[in-house]
Amino acid sequence: MAFRKPHELHNRRWSRNLGLGVVLAIFVALIFGLTIVKVTQNPIQLAPQAGEGY
Amino acid sequence: MTDASIQTQPETGEATFGDYVALLKPRVMSLVVFTAAVGLLAAPGTVHPFIAFFAVLCIAIGGGASGALNMWYDADIDRVMKRTANRPIPSGRVGADEALAVGLTLSGFAVVMLGLASNWVAAGLLAFTIFFYAVVYTMWLKRWTPQNIVIGGAAGAFPPMIGWAVATGGVSIESVLMFALTFMWTPPHFWALALFMNSDYEKAGVPMLTVTHGRRVTRRHILAYTVLLAVLAIGAAFTSIGGPIYLTVAVILNAMFLFGAWKIWRRDEEMAAADGYRREKRFFALSLLYLFLHFGAILAEAALRPWGLGGW
Repeated sequence: MAFRKPHELHNRRWSRNLGLGVVLAIFVALIFGLTIVKVTQNPIQLAPQAGEGY
Repeated sequence: MTDASIQTQPETGEATFGDYVALLKPRVMSLVVFTAAVGLLAAPGTVHPFIAFFAVLCIAIGGGASGALNMWYDADIDRVMKRTANRPIPSGRVGADEALAVGLTLSGFAVVMLGLASNWVAAGLLAFTIFFYAVVYTMWLKRWTPQNIVIGGAAGAFPPMIGWAVATGGVSIESVLMFALTFMWTPPHFWALALFMNSDYEKAGVPMLTVTHGRRVTRRHILAYTVLLAVLAIGAAFTSIGGPIYLTVAVILNAMFLFGAWKIWRRDEEMAAADGYRREKRFFALSLLYLFLHFGAILAEAALRPWGLGGW
């Protein structure tokens, strides 16, 4: 199946879509990094289960 | 609905991604990033480098968002002024409602993310900064009083305080001093610009001091504020953010700044027009270097402190 030729409208909006895509990818990477740092700095303390520590 | 209803003809000046970036006033953002980073790095205490980077990014985005809100509200003025006529909204590339949506979304995003990443004092200060710039300055002061940039200058002066709050979780005399330095620097910086951009403000009906009280009064104000700024800037050298490097930089730059302001004060319009406002333009360029080097010196003092070299 042959690809359809992109519409002129899509060509015009290419820079916007690409820019937004890059921004979203950076946002995901930043949130991931922030999560790693937060979790490393303040390790999650699990509540001791019943019967533990005997 | 059929495809026939979709607008496929090129609109004049359709927005590119760069136009949305321009809404955030990248040049103002660079000043925000620098002063916020200095406030954060000069503060006592340690912050994880990634959180520091993330916090400065949030402060920059918050500053940019307030710039977008400013462009949304001021589109009518920007259309009239030569300096701003090509901005995304007056040129028709970005719709005013789009700019409002970008400004509000990014404001909320920046404040919440800064609060989650660092602390809510810093986030509160950022929220207040955005409010101050978009509402107090843009919607109220700018069109009402010739003291617009004196009071409105506070918005641009908050970033080092926010940076400091990221590291310490509070406000202290040192962060207030950094705020005061930018606050006192703003009037001479903008009034010098207004002297050689006067016709723009006049056309737009913005009550700049040059328009309401004339250029003679503006020249006098530039000198008065520069004297007050010099006292503050050199005085800060003897506090905990200062040191020998800062003192040297402050003495040299304030001597140059005072000399420039004095030259501006002595000139009249005939002299200024004869050389195309050369002195005023030079003073404006020096003012950019002035702020950059003062904050650079504060950063240098803080950076050298671990080796026992920075500070007194």
